[in-house]
Parts: sequence; C-alpha cells; structure tokens
Amino acid sequence: MTDKGTSPAGNGKPKLAIYWAASCGGCEIAILNIGDKLLVVDDAFEIVFWPCAADFKYEDVRNYPDKYIDLCLFNGAIRSSENEEMAHLLRQKSKVLVAFGSCAQEGCIPGLSNLTSASDTFQAVYMDNPSIDNPAALFPQTVTTVPEGDLHIPFFYNTVRSLDQVVPVEYVIPGCPPEPPQIWAVLEAIVTGAQLPAPGSTVIGASHLAVCSECPLEKHEKTIERFYRPYEITPEPGLCLLEQGLMCMGIATRGGCGALCPRVGMRCEGCYGLLDGVEDQGANMISAIASVVNVGKPGDEETELERRIRAAMDSIVDPAGTFYRFNMAHSLLHRARTGNHDDVRRVKSEVPHETH
Amino acid sequence: MSSEPYTPVIVGFLCNWCSYRAADLAGTARLNYAPTMRPIRVMCTARVEPQFVIKALREGADGVLIAGCHPGECHYVEGNIKALRRYTLLKQMLRQFGIEEERVQIVWAAASESKVLADAVDAMTLKLQAAGPLRWRQTVLNGHGAEHAVRESAEVRRAAALAAQHVEGER
Repeated sequence: MTDKGTSPAGNGKPKLAIYWAASCGGCEIAILNIGDKLLVVDDAFEIVFWPCAADFKYEDVRNYPDKYIDLCLFNGAIRSSENEEMAHLLRQKSKVLVAFGSCAQEGCIPGLSNLTSASDTFQAVYMDNPSIDNPAALFPQTVTTVPEGDLHIPFFYNTVRSLDQVVPVEYVIPGCPPEPPQIWAVLEAIVTGAQLPAPGSTVIGASHLAVCSECPLEKHEKTIERFYRPYEITPEPGLCLLEQGLMCMGIATRGGCGALCPRVGMRCEGCYGLLDGVEDQGANMISAIASVVNVGKPGDEETELERRIRAAMDSIVDPAGTFYRFNMAHSLLHRARTGNHDDVRRVKSEVPHETH
Repeated sequence: MSSEPYTPVIVGFLCNWCSYRAADLAGTARLNYAPTMRPIRVMCTARVEPQFVIKALREGADGVLIAGCHPGECHYVEGNIKALRRYTLLKQMLRQFGIEEERVQIVWAAASESKVLADAVDAMTLKLQAAGPLRWRQTVLNGHGAEHAVRESAEVRRAAALAAQHVEGER
C-alpha cells in the first residue's frame, strides 16, 4: 500500500478508494478473498482511501481535488447522516463511483429495518434486546456537551436508502457479498482498460440471467402443496429446492454467483437482486409462487378454495422479510407505514440535514 | 385513521370476460354506485401482477379491486385461481408494510352480476373512507424513495400518447 499524502501528480497509477457505509464488513472480506491478485491490484492502483485497511482520514479525502479518485468502490447502505455525507463527498471526488455489494445497491439487510421505524429500532437495540441491561435508559445523543465544547455524532435516518438513491452511480456490482471472481473480473477489466458498458447504474460483475440458469439442480416442473422452513425438511440432493417446498428465490434473482447456495442444498435468498426489466423483486416472487403452489382447483367451492389457499400461503413465514431480504430499500414500497417517520435526533442537532 | 371525509381512489382490474362486462352492464342498467373506481380492463385476473397492485398503491391509489370470473368459470380454466393465490400471499405481505386488509380486495362477478360488482365497489368505498387516505408517497416515503420514481419507459409514453389520441378521436 502506498503512503498517505501522495501528491495529486503521484506515481501515475489510477487511484482507488474503498469505503464502507452501513454494512457488515463482508464486502471488504470479499475484496481480500480475490487472494494473491490483491498484489496485482496494489500494483495497478494507488490506494488513496480505504478505512478498513489503510490509515486515511475523512480530512484527506476532503483535501483531494474533485474527481481525484479514478475508481471508488462504495459498499454499505445509507443509514445515517454520516453515510450520506460520505456518499456526497466520494461522489464529488470520484470519476467512477461503484455501488459495491447489495447494501449499496439495494439496502440489503440494513434495509429490512425499513419495516419498522428508527425510534423502534433504537428501542429494540438499546432497551428491549434480551442481552441489554440499560437501567438508566441511556441512548446515544447526537450532541453532547463536554468542557471543550459540543461533540456531534451522526444521526440515524428513519429510512435506509441505497447509494444510487442518494447520489448517481456509474456502476453496480451486486451480491452479498459480490463473489471474488466477479470482483476480480471487474477490476481486471479496469486494469487492462477493457471497454466497460455505458455507465448509469449499470450492473457489472453479474449475469443477466436468473440464478436458475447457473443452478445444477434438476427441475421437473413439479408443484407443491405448501412451503417448508429449512429446518423442517432435508432436501433430496440434486433436485430443485423450490419444487421440494423450500422458498428458493433463484427464479427471481440475478445470477452471477454460480448458484453457490442451491448447490449445497441451501435455498437462494436473493442477494444478487432483481433481474433486468423487473421493478420489484418481491412482487415477482409472489407472482411465480402462484404457479408453484398447486392448491385449489377450478371445481372447488369458493369459501373452501379461499381457506385452502390461505392455509398453503400461511406456510410462508415472514413474506416481506423473505422476498425483500436484500431488496427492501429498492422495492416499490421502500418502507413500511409506521406511525413515526422521523429520523432519530435525540437532541436538536446543528448538523445540517441535506435532502436530495 | 382519519375522520375527514374524502373520496377514495380505487384502481379496479377487471377481467375482460366477466367483470368488465359486469361493469358495462352496470352502466347500461343505470345502476347507481360510488364513482370511485378507475376500471382497467385486463384479459384475465391472472394478468394482474402483484407489481401492478403495489405500484397503484405507491402512486396514489387508496385501494385496489381485482374482479374476475367465478372460480371454475375462468376463460383460461384456472387463471383466476392463480390470481387468488397471488392475491392471498400479496395481502399477507402487505400487512407487514402496514397496508390494511381492506385496501386490496378480490371479487368474483360474472358478466350478468353487475349488482355484485357495484355492491363491491360501494362496500369497498365505505371501508376505505373509514380507513382514511393512503397517500403513500406523501405520508410514507416522505421525500425518501422519490429518487427511484417509477421509470417511464418508451412503451408507457407511447401508450399514453395513443390513449390521448383515442380520447381526442372520440370527442
């Protein structure tokens, strides 16, 4: 890795930045998992910002000239005011901004909290979780006064957004996390100067077909009576999981991962996001399920028909969390309707709240 | 939710073979019913993708009514049964999004059952009045989410232009 403070003229190498917003760190590990090719990356790029691996400060980025960074891989969703500020800053300083991984692309697991409100999330995290002991009911404050002055910490938005809902991005690399061979394929294309597709939230490093097209499991167009949770059945090896009653999202999910999960008997959870031409991953999954579940026939009496179909669909626990596990922030509804839609700012903060 | 009186907006997806004809008959028979439904003719209730329903709710509808042939009488044998499966699961999911039961309804109305359809619209209108307006964009998205407005494709624009011409021609 290069020393910080290299002058803008530098060594002529393209400049690479990697940032994490609301994420788990898995994307960084996926980058490290490209293995010894990391040395090629270090050779080809000058790393100018990577909080996880190199000691750069936000101030360094602020001091770079605009468009100084050639490629910025941004992982993580926009959950707090800090995430949003960094999204704007890195957009300003980068020539090519990539939404890297599912959180930046579509909200991912942090996006699931759009099913509740920010204040309920705080209540769960700081008060109600079984492992929490907080008798004084202490919550983080956005402003704390200490003898030296006021300390500000970022505030917590009510709604999680994807990166491209905050700033425009050139490319999207999907996946939770993106698969290392796909990461390398993209980096290699950039290193070798290969032609990338036209920018504009364009998906790269993934397939344009569904996970099923890469899945080796056999399909027999078999229909099912109900769904099972993974612990309830042991799937027959070699056969399509959906046709065995496991809620495999492969049919509604972009491929590119090589169908890693179904290959080992685990249902696809949908992390590569929606396919081209689809606006709502969950809605399309519901649509597909109607053809897989065979409960109800044309001759059935109407109330009995409704009862049987409802019973079959009741076997799907938590449909919103299942169908939008990764796509909530990019779904059409975006979030649930809760009583409270305010961002959590426990003390009136002077940090400017930019809305875009 | 709200006590102020308002006129709900219902987007109605009516199947070509039964319920659209029932709506036609309701008109010919001069049945009086709430003018709250915007009917959209589809070939079959199975054509109604859950995405259509979600989009309608997001873009300003207070409720969505899906109307089709009675089970067993579908022109495509079991299209309406597929629709019922989709609708049942969709409703279970919408509950998690805080969207009340009565906002999405399905009704079976044969071509001769204009009264059934008219009554369904009346009943749904009353329920939606009790539930209050939805106004998803204004109250729920609250600025957030507007960034990914429904993309207006070339086809949509072409269809809108054709429809405008058609209306022009009828005048």
